[in-house]
Amino acid sequence: MKYKATLLATFLCWPATVVRAAAELPSPYPYSEPAWSPYVVGALIGILVLTTLALAGKKIGASSAYSDVAGMIGRLVAPKHIASLPYYQENKPMIGWTLTIVLGAVLGSFLAAWSGGELTGTYLQEMWVVRFGADSGLLRTLVALLGGALMAYGARMAGGCTSGHGISGTLQLAVSSWIAVICFFIGGIVAAMLIYRF
Amino acid sequence: MDNAINSSSPQVEDARDDLPGPTPKTGLEHDDPQSWDWLEASPGKLVAGLFFGLVFGFLLQKGGVAKFDILVGVLLLENFIVVKVMLSAIIVGMIGSYLLRRMGVVERQINETNYGANILGGLIFGVGFGLLAYCPGTNAAAVGQGNLDALVGVVGLLFGSYVYALSSRFSSGTITRWGVRGKLTIPELLRISQELFIILAVPTLVAVLVILELIGY
Repeated sequence: MKYKATLLATFLCWPATVVRAAAELPSPYPYSEPAWSPYVVGALIGILVLTTLALAGKKIGASSAYSDVAGMIGRLVAPKHIASLPYYQENKPMIGWTLTIVLGAVLGSFLAAWSGGELTGTYLQEMWVVRFGADSGLLRTLVALLGGALMAYGARMAGGCTSGHGISGTLQLAVSSWIAVICFFIGGIVAAMLIYRF
Repeated sequence: MDNAINSSSPQVEDARDDLPGPTPKTGLEHDDPQSWDWLEASPGKLVAGLFFGLVFGFLLQKGGVAKFDILVGVLLLENFIVVKVMLSAIIVGMIGSYLLRRMGVVERQINETNYGANILGGLIFGVGFGLLAYCPGTNAAAVGQGNLDALVGVVGLLFGSYVYALSSRFSSGTITRWGVRGKLTIPELLRISQELFIILAVPTLVAVLVILELIGY
């Protein structure tokens, strides 16, 4: 009984311990500056989406690339299992348009960072270190894993992510996209405030 | 099994952001994964995708939205570069896609509205976004610029996608099937013309950007 209580107390106190160990972020935080004007970049992204709609008849999205890759890994490891899942029966995991967009984005971002001298090569980013210290690698790993998993799950349920809904869908006036993007920000603001400000 | 497939298909069909419609399903195909192709589109189209993706990633990085602090900053309501990029894209795209549709050059490519799934999925996504700090697109850009924690993000994203596919077996569906409205647009919802909506929406979004600048963001 006593043992159980201790265990429970440790479990409940763990987040509190992390928070107490965390340093307060300076307010306002000294944010980095983008290389190009965000208005110019945004306008060019708008033109890019129009171009893919006109030339390829496709939107720019990102999140389904990850479910395709997960499914393709599954096809190699356990093809029968993957074929038994209703989601993958409807959306066969293949090398498709969105996956090539995401792979291209990795390369494009590399070229942009390289040409602008902004390549990082860091595991813990500066703002995280200011908040949680330089020895918080394990915490960052767990938070990033959980964050990525929740995000992919939510994206599949909502029907897209910040690219597919947030840009491509909103500019075509889709109700689904406007609802989803507002909820992305509500969830994100609550989570980020709890992590970085309390 | 058949029952499970049928009951889950409505939400699964609009769960994708890149397919124009549900793929036709025949019983046989499902059982034989060997018959599934590996390439979804022609190699030419995939190369085009790679090129457009390259431009997309280049712009994301130059716009600063592959950076950890800028992405967290918008969620802390302290740095609005993400909002500036998104609203600029939406303003240009909203006008452009309307004109291109009128000229018959493009067709609307949107997902079905499903209030329950859009809201619940959106909130879950948002919490994940707050934790990881990169969203699926900017995570790719973060990998490209060398943020190594984004690689852990990729593992998480792959895992979460698989869990969703697993859960499609046991679709509970009460929340996620609430409010299915088809491919609904805002002008249709408000019962006004597209032209009127765009005439009202564009100045409003521009005003948001101007106000952000005026109050020092």
